[in-house]
Amino acid sequence: MQFKAMILDNAEVSPGYWRMRMTAPAEMLAAKPGQFVMVRVNPSIDPLIRRPFGVFDVGMHQPAYTGAVAQPYLEILYRVVGKGTGMLSDLHENDILDVLGPLGSGFDNGPAGEEKLIVGGGVGLAPLYLLAKELVKDSPVRLFAGGRSKDDVLCITEFERLGVECYTATEDGSLGECGLVTKVLEGRLDATGNKGQICACGPHGMLKAVAAIGAKRSVKTQVSLEGYMACGMGACLGCVCQGAEHSAENPDYRCVCTEGPVFEAAVLKWEGN
Amino acid sequence: MKPDMSVEIGSLKLRNPVMTASGTFGYGEEFSQYVDLEKIGAFVTKGLSLKPRAGNPTPRIVETPGGMLNAIGLQNVGIDAFIQKKVPFLRSVNTPAIANFFGYTPDEYAELASRLDDIPEVAALEVNISCPNVKQGGIVFGTDPNCAASVVAACRAATKKTLIVKLSPNVTDIVEMAQACEGAGADALSVINTLTGMAIDLERRRPVLANITGGLSGPAIKPVALRMVWQVARAVKVPVIGIGGIMSATDALEFILAGATAVQVGTASFVNPGAAQEIAEGMEQWLAARGIADIKSLIGALEG
Repeated sequence: MQFKAMILDNAEVSPGYWRMRMTAPAEMLAAKPGQFVMVRVNPSIDPLIRRPFGVFDVGMHQPAYTGAVAQPYLEILYRVVGKGTGMLSDLHENDILDVLGPLGSGFDNGPAGEEKLIVGGGVGLAPLYLLAKELVKDSPVRLFAGGRSKDDVLCITEFERLGVECYTATEDGSLGECGLVTKVLEGRLDATGNKGQICACGPHGMLKAVAAIGAKRSVKTQVSLEGYMACGMGACLGCVCQGAEHSAENPDYRCVCTEGPVFEAAVLKWEGN
Repeated sequence: MKPDMSVEIGSLKLRNPVMTASGTFGYGEEFSQYVDLEKIGAFVTKGLSLKPRAGNPTPRIVETPGGMLNAIGLQNVGIDAFIQKKVPFLRSVNTPAIANFFGYTPDEYAELASRLDDIPEVAALEVNISCPNVKQGGIVFGTDPNCAASVVAACRAATKKTLIVKLSPNVTDIVEMAQACEGAGADALSVINTLTGMAIDLERRRPVLANITGGLSGPAIKPVALRMVWQVARAVKVPVIGIGGIMSATDALEFILAGATAVQVGTASFVNPGAAQEIAEGMEQWLAARGIADIKSLIGALEG
């Protein structure tokens, strides 16, 4: 689906990280956690290519004046990394964006009642909020959020409001445990005897560590990947990742955009990548 | 009054001059949600080889000002899977599907041309000659007139369908290449493929693309493409299909004026999946607003 979205709110939630709410068609409310949208920042040719963003949240926006009609919204959480996201952060309420989505596969929610361990690194939290919102309906959910410093750990209050038990870790010790969030995750798995399933999104190094933890402890693990992509629809073949059995002789490339972005960690190749 | 937008490329009759470029439109089906395929002239499928090809490691694409570089490495399902999995969809669409293909020896090209000739759902063939010739030290077929002519002649002998040759712009003299291909039996020429380019990550002191170099496409290359279409169209009798950075109906019409009989929309489909249809409709509106009855009257109608 392609639609024009009007920005309702665009705010910096932590230095360099922004959260944007925009109008969306009602179909967007059915977006699955883990799906993404491709946003055209402006109609000019620079930047030319759309930017992919995980769906942070969808819902009904209730304007704060009497008699106003509620209307569906889409939220994205993004980090300013270059020209495109820089321009995005300069936009204001009532500015118009061109959006494609929801695209890609979503997370598999898994059995009700089972403990769900959500692991997010930095802006990797983006697709995990909608996931947590879904999962808390029938399962205990724990969030493990990590980053370099406290500025990279985002929106923890929102997760707590959902009833999610939140654990944080930072590499500089400015928030939560000092060190990697994967260590905290392992602590929980030790305590429960490797119960539950893991859903993770974040930098490649973190996902690789999480995949290794899941494999070693036989805990089902899903990861949401990022990729450089031009189209988001399986045509440009820019965003591919390698399947577990990939080799030069028997290549197995998967499109992050259409076959992912969510994959079972076990179906992907991690060593050497 | 509705302008006549139809054009002919060899024996291929198109309802309008707008096609999609190979590698930017999958096998057609991927975009069917966004484009009414029966509102465009034709679509060109992702380049095919005899055997499936894995393509290059990532990163494969990077954005550059007004364009993008890609080094996909011709990843494709191969001709067998194409016939099994992709052709059934082509049958369901009342729009010509053009199969783009490539090989590494003239024999491979000929074999593919022959196999594609047997597929009724394939309306025409577009041969990509921007590949290295493994039999001749890796020289790119499309950069040597004799090499290019030998490939085109081999394909010509293997198919009766309309044979389009997609020219590489990475040559000293594109007119010489165009004439060599025309002389070897090409029915039409697609001008141009991507321009070889490079992007560097300064802080890491590394090339951005895993393949180091890649093909530049998008609006950044439009002036180069227009110039080459103009040069080629004046020098050959066969129709020219203009490609390179077309984002709008006015871009497309500029190529027609420069001498193109039809155009292909490529990178624009990534940015706006409905681009090809919007461009076709926009061209028709442009003609109608000016009382121009037939798009063919604009082909090569550049003045001065």
